[in-house]
Amino acid sequence: MLAYLIRRLINAVLTLLVVSLVTFGIFFMVPKITGSDPALLYIGKTSDAASIEGIRVKMGLNDPVLVQYGKFLKGLVAGRDYVSGPEVTHCDAPCLGYSFKTEQEVTPLLMSVLPVTLSLALGAAILWLIIGVSTGVISALRRGSLLDRTVMSAALFGVSMPIYFTGLIASAIFVYQLGWLPQGQYVPFLESPSEWFTQLLLPWITLAFLFAATYARLTRANMLETLGEDYIRTARAKGLPERVVIGKHALRSGLTAIVTVFGLDLGALLGGAVLTEKVFNLRGLGYQALQAIQGNDLPVILGVTMIAAGFIVIANLVVDLVYGLIDPRVRLA
Amino acid sequence: MSSVTPRPFLEVKDLTVRFETDDGIVQAVTESNFSLEAGKTLGIVGESGSGKSVTSLALLGLHRTRSNAKVSGQIWLDDQELVTASDQDVRALRGGKMSMIFQDPLSAMHPYYTVGAQIVEAYRVHNPKVSKKAARERAIDMLARVGIPQPSRRFNDYAHQFSGGMRQRAMIAMALVNDPKLLIADEPTTALDVTVQAQILDLIRDLQQEFHSAVIMITHDLGVVAELADDVLVMYGGKIIERGAAVDLFQRPQHPYTWGLLGSMPRLDREVRDRLTPVKGSPPSLINLPSGCAFHPRCPYAGRNGDRSFTDTPVLTGGAHAVACHLPAEERAKIFKEEVAPNL
Repeated sequence: MLAYLIRRLINAVLTLLVVSLVTFGIFFMVPKITGSDPALLYIGKTSDAASIEGIRVKMGLNDPVLVQYGKFLKGLVAGRDYVSGPEVTHCDAPCLGYSFKTEQEVTPLLMSVLPVTLSLALGAAILWLIIGVSTGVISALRRGSLLDRTVMSAALFGVSMPIYFTGLIASAIFVYQLGWLPQGQYVPFLESPSEWFTQLLLPWITLAFLFAATYARLTRANMLETLGEDYIRTARAKGLPERVVIGKHALRSGLTAIVTVFGLDLGALLGGAVLTEKVFNLRGLGYQALQAIQGNDLPVILGVTMIAAGFIVIANLVVDLVYGLIDPRVRLA
Repeated sequence: MSSVTPRPFLEVKDLTVRFETDDGIVQAVTESNFSLEAGKTLGIVGESGSGKSVTSLALLGLHRTRSNAKVSGQIWLDDQELVTASDQDVRALRGGKMSMIFQDPLSAMHPYYTVGAQIVEAYRVHNPKVSKKAARERAIDMLARVGIPQPSRRFNDYAHQFSGGMRQRAMIAMALVNDPKLLIADEPTTALDVTVQAQILDLIRDLQQEFHSAVIMITHDLGVVAELADDVLVMYGGKIIERGAAVDLFQRPQHPYTWGLLGSMPRLDREVRDRLTPVKGSPPSLINLPSGCAFHPRCPYAGRNGDRSFTDTPVLTGGAHAVACHLPAEERAKIFKEEVAPNL
């Protein structure tokens, strides 16, 4: 298991390195293609040639690409100093540079909005996992029943509805029509846990509905497949009670595929749930990414990409480890 | 009928199993009658889809979890009727008084639990008061008894870490952990190579003698039956078409299908002749069984006795060695002596 763990870890680090190389490449290439000058984006068009050159030196834009990438990597792991004559600006690790628009450091900017996305993604994930898996299992056990058909129709409906549609409908009903839930405004958990909860409830449910639908269908299919396995027949032939056959023998194998999908979905969502954040006016990573794209704010885009990639890689790593714990055959592979 | 004579250890009466599917009703087993005494071995022979596995699963009540399965008739095990018994009662017997060995031990064992844990689980579900430690010792003891070397170390291995033969041994250890009085082996050697097959059969025979249990050996391999069985059922299209003592059945087979099976069996105790003779045609569909005798489309003698083979279903008759065939006994004896026996 330890060797397996180390292999996975090395893999994760290498993946992140590749991601950084690709995103940095794009970061470097885009101004070349669009014909814009990053230095100009930093200080605005009105500046004179000398101060533009000063920015170039300070940001290291005159260095060869590989040197720039090296400095970018160093900034990520150790922080970096931007030297402009006698003036030294230090950027702490992990340094993602400065926003073109606000001249804020990217890392603190993104860290300040991260809790919004974390709250949204984790809460929704817990909801959809519980709802999706339990309805999927029940559907599989009651295959062909009215309940099964109802759940599967609802799931199909859920998968087909885009989030901006369900989100707006849900808001219209629960916020504006019935007035049960407050109008969207994120409140930090530490400030007021109850407000944090009520504010996020609708986004959670809307987002969870979409995913729960997929998970219910996936769980049902996997459970049905597992229930047809020979070892389930063996478990019954041993005289095990049905709840052990289902709850222990079938569920453990039926849920392995769910683990993979769940890890990737959660990882992707942690990098910013753009549509949900937009619909419910939550200023998280997705919202920030949207702003940055609209404003051509490359350092922020790069930062969001790195964080999103980081979450995916971590999620993948966790999935691999959990998989190794569930399925002993994986450890040897 | 009076019940002066004690009931056999296992008695199956008019057992019928059907499945309702989208394509129609699958008549998997039709009015099966047989019995088995403790310490004896019954071989059930037939092609795929002849109803032999369905019969064995019905004995264990494993069709109960399938809502489309309909089981009727009676199954008496040690004076207890199982078809009408509660789920709870049947579950208590399953894996306890009666247990089963499956065909492919790799897929029949859970891939995520150690072999030892699965044996412990089988033991403790029927002996809930036994401590984990005692159950572990019992499991290791069973692994040792079925001939697994270093049983206390192999206890912690997973099924995929065992070889095919060892896996089947472990499966047998799991099936025998509660000293079953009835052991059903569903093609236990099909997935194994020949030398291992012989070892496994020896093991089953030795353990049977040790535990004095009744064994049902389901197979399509007549060699296995010849080696182990006291009595034999030959099934075709969900029906028993010949039933008798193994010795009689091999020396004086009655049914043309049994002749066909024997003719298609390679034998080392005879001269190597030409090719083996297969039974022509393919097994019948259990949804649309042929009219009359289900074997008539493949039977070389179907037209010999008027149209009865095409219209009437033959009944299993004849006492100790019973056969379901429209051909008169004398004519069958003549055909066997003149046409079949010389070629076997």
